Amino acid sequence: MTVPTDTTATTAPEPALLEVEDLVKYFGSVIALTGISTTVRAGGVTCVLGDNGAGKSTLIKILSGVFRQDRGTYRVDGEPVQFSSPRDALDRGIATVYQDLAMIPLMSVWRNFFLGSEPTKGFGPLRRFDVVSARKIVRAELAAMGIDIRDPDQPVGTLSGGERQSVAIARAVYFGARVLILDEPTSALGVKQAGVVLRYVAAARDRGLGVVFITHNPHHAYPVGDHFLVLNRGQSLGEFAKSEISREDLTRLMAGGAELDQLAHELDRLGTAAPGPEPAPAG
Amino acid sequence: MAARTPPGIRPEGTVCMTTAAPPVDERVAEISRLRRILVRPELGSVVGAIAVFVFFATQSSVFRSLDGVAIWLDPASTLGIMAVAIAMLMIGGEFDLSAGVMTATTGLVVMILATEYGWNIWAAIFASLVVALLIGAFNGVMVVKTGLPSFIVTLSTFLMLQGLNLGVTKAITGTVQVSGLAKAPGYDAVKPLLAGTFTLFGVQFRVAILWWIAVAAVATWILMRTKIGNWIFAVGGNAPAARSVGVPAAGTKVGLFMTTAGAAWLVGTIGAVRFTSVQANIGIGQELIYIVAAVIGGCLLTGGYGSAIGASIGAIVFGMAANGIVFAGWDADWFKLFLGVMLLLAVLTNNLVRRYAEEVRR
Repeated sequence: MTVPTDTTATTAPEPALLEVEDLVKYFGSVIALTGISTTVRAGGVTCVLGDNGAGKSTLIKILSGVFRQDRGTYRVDGEPVQFSSPRDALDRGIATVYQDLAMIPLMSVWRNFFLGSEPTKGFGPLRRFDVVSARKIVRAELAAMGIDIRDPDQPVGTLSGGERQSVAIARAVYFGARVLILDEPTSALGVKQAGVVLRYVAAARDRGLGVVFITHNPHHAYPVGDHFLVLNRGQSLGEFAKSEISREDLTRLMAGGAELDQLAHELDRLGTAAPGPEPAPAG
Repeated sequence: MAARTPPGIRPEGTVCMTTAAPPVDERVAEISRLRRILVRPELGSVVGAIAVFVFFATQSSVFRSLDGVAIWLDPASTLGIMAVAIAMLMIGGEFDLSAGVMTATTGLVVMILATEYGWNIWAAIFASLVVALLIGAFNGVMVVKTGLPSFIVTLSTFLMLQGLNLGVTKAITGTVQVSGLAKAPGYDAVKPLLAGTFTLFGVQFRVAILWWIAVAAVATWILMRTKIGNWIFAVGGNAPAARSVGVPAAGTKVGLFMTTAGAAWLVGTIGAVRFTSVQANIGIGQELIYIVAAVIGGCLLTGGYGSAIGASIGAIVFGMAANGIVFAGWDADWFKLFLGVMLLLAVLTNNLVRRYAEEVRR
């Protein structure tokens, strides 16, 4: 296949796992996204940061095949693609772990893990769910990711939020994901639990997956990210390599830089202690 | 259940803990055996069944005799077949209020075709199955396509079938009852299969009991050991989530409605063959009894949880109570009160069990 040459084409010999260029998406007269470009490489973590309404969800929905972009190109392995459903994206190895996780609380961990892709054994009418190996695989896979679930038979509803995210990530990895899109995996979690999830994000990266990590919290993004794409009101405020930007600058950029300075200034004048540019960490 | 790790043994890979995972919590590794049993959906019904049995056994010697058992297992058997199907449907997150009158519809189809039109009884039974599956598919497709609650969709089917049962029967036979199946061609071959008896320890049991056991066994196998079973729990537990991982949620639900209709066909045919006549107004009100049995058996009204064995035990509780009250020499009017109390207790127990099962163990 030929890689179309363009201005953002990188010097790397291999095409990026996933690459978008100049994406534009309209919802009626609303411009949800415009001019978004980014790349995701194997073993790299691309963080997409932005406040509410910045266009993060629209971007991941395009990446995961839920929406189609109105303009711009989307390439997988250097090859332009047009996904018409999330299934198409999944077939190309692009798995999305949504915030609400697609897990059934009353079902056990192993049943959830294989839901929709159950291993079977036997033939004809005796074809059955191979529960013995399902349990075994779940245990081994979770262990390989460093996830210690006390009991694969326990209902998912009894897991903590971080554990559920981790199981969902392990599931995507097991089912052959090459690109993992994580939608706000840490936003509903406490500090400790968020740390657990970040660890599994790193574990997935170390297994050679490309990760797209969507978050509004720069403190969660910075430790694991390699690239940071900052969105604001549907536009890119720039993409930075980790070496190009400090955590403080990232935070300031995300929070709207000048606006935040102004706010700090105003609060100062009111006699309140200035909160500084850092928003409180989630949880 | 095969291949459970004994409590106390931690999964392999625990070693990773020390380095990879932070000390998230004080992990109590043993999952108590008690807890495992407590979160089984059948628990409440087993306890209830034992209590009801002991209660009536002390009141009546007939009740506890093997003859008595054969008597109270008889109503439990046909109810059990329906309760198992309804339990699967409820696990899949739906109701079917038309299931009761569907037993009349299927029976009437067999009766009318075999007696009024002289069909061979096998052909009539097969035609009845086709009718049942079509009704089930109609229920399922309506629920899936419209997104309306199955409660309201099947309530309309319930009313429509009730009207059809009476209207069509009256139009064809001039009365509201069809009888004379015993004279239909092929009846003698069908009778032992659906309405016969078998002898065990010198006591005659109805053959419907075997059908019930078979239905419960197959349903349990499907629920616990097939991928369709996994899908049923999933569509009942969280249909959008199930769909997003590739579970054919619509197909699963339509299949469940058709299964329920198939069970109604079996029960309707058993009734028609056994009594050789069918009243056009039977089955009304039974749909709630099926749901009661399924709920006593541990099904949650919200879906995603329950068991076929539990529903069968719920049917046994029903059979024991219905006959036990008579054996004990009480007025049968008390039965409904008893049933109501059982149902309330069952719902309260289920609620507790569910909370216990879902409680986050930190």
